[in-house]
Amino acid sequence: MEIVALNQISPDQVIVFQWGFITINVTILYTWLVMAILVFVSWLATRRLSSEMNVSRWQHFLEVVVSVVRGEISEMTKKGADSYIPLIGTLFLFICTSNVLAVVPGFVAPTSSITTTASLAVCVFVAVPYYGISRNGLFHYLKEYFQPNFIFFPFHVMGELARTLALTVRLFGNIMSHEKVIGILLSVTPLLFPVIMQALGLLIGVIQAYIFAILSMVYIASAVTAEEEHHVHVEAKQESVAVA
Amino acid sequence: MDNVSIVALASIFAAGLTMAIGSIGPALGMGRAIQQALSAIAQQPDERNSLTRTLFVGLAMIESIAIYCFVISMIVIFANPFWGHFTKTGG
Repeated sequence: MEIVALNQISPDQVIVFQWGFITINVTILYTWLVMAILVFVSWLATRRLSSEMNVSRWQHFLEVVVSVVRGEISEMTKKGADSYIPLIGTLFLFICTSNVLAVVPGFVAPTSSITTTASLAVCVFVAVPYYGISRNGLFHYLKEYFQPNFIFFPFHVMGELARTLALTVRLFGNIMSHEKVIGILLSVTPLLFPVIMQALGLLIGVIQAYIFAILSMVYIASAVTAEEEHHVHVEAKQESVAVA
Repeated sequence: MDNVSIVALASIFAAGLTMAIGSIGPALGMGRAIQQALSAIAQQPDERNSLTRTLFVGLAMIESIAIYCFVISMIVIFANPFWGHFTKTGG
């Protein structure tokens, strides 16, 4: 069963259901499926949380996931790791689930469509000024654009846009290219070799989810911590003045 | 040779060249990055975690150049904007 033909580079063109101006394509359908799976598993796991000695297997599993995400984040930012967990953890879990489920026959990963990856990258693009302003204030955030002097303002803006494009195309290109490679292999050597490539696809999917989450965290941390160092510097200077 | 054949010829040729030339640089860069990271891990095994994380982020940055080339070649082959133009105007 082939849902997306080999000569279509986006699952957006495959339409499942159409009613008036409402069009449900394969990307939307499988995005809803991934969301439903994530919500259902989380509900199942957090239904009976306990802090006793014997906790359920699902709670163990979720605790491992959350503590790993928190550990990775807190290695990059010095403090306040908990405020980033909802965004970064959701990005990681969504991308990881949809990439890993791509080995299931009949499932088309929503991340193999450029619209999904572009919307995820836009979330990061919006989150960077959000965290930057909420930590440091509007003035200090905007001042970062004019460092070291005002000539660099267009380059900072271009950098922001370029890294959003890079986030989009990286995830889309990896997942889409993998599907195409498997499709071509199926027509050339259909017996055993596509299975090995599918197993490699599990690894690539998890690594890409990890990279997306880590890169978003790096971008947010660069907006937040650059200013914190400045604060520390100013406070140290004031203290030295006060001592003198 | 009519216009559609010329577009097809140029598209296939350009896609092959894009992948061939575009993957040379990232391949060399990634090999060099992994080599440096492995020797760094061998010298300082305690710093393995941060080294691995930085390596992955760097590899993703380098790899995205090759991915750009791949996406361009896929667009040229499968979603070529000039196909529609020439098939609509009748070649």
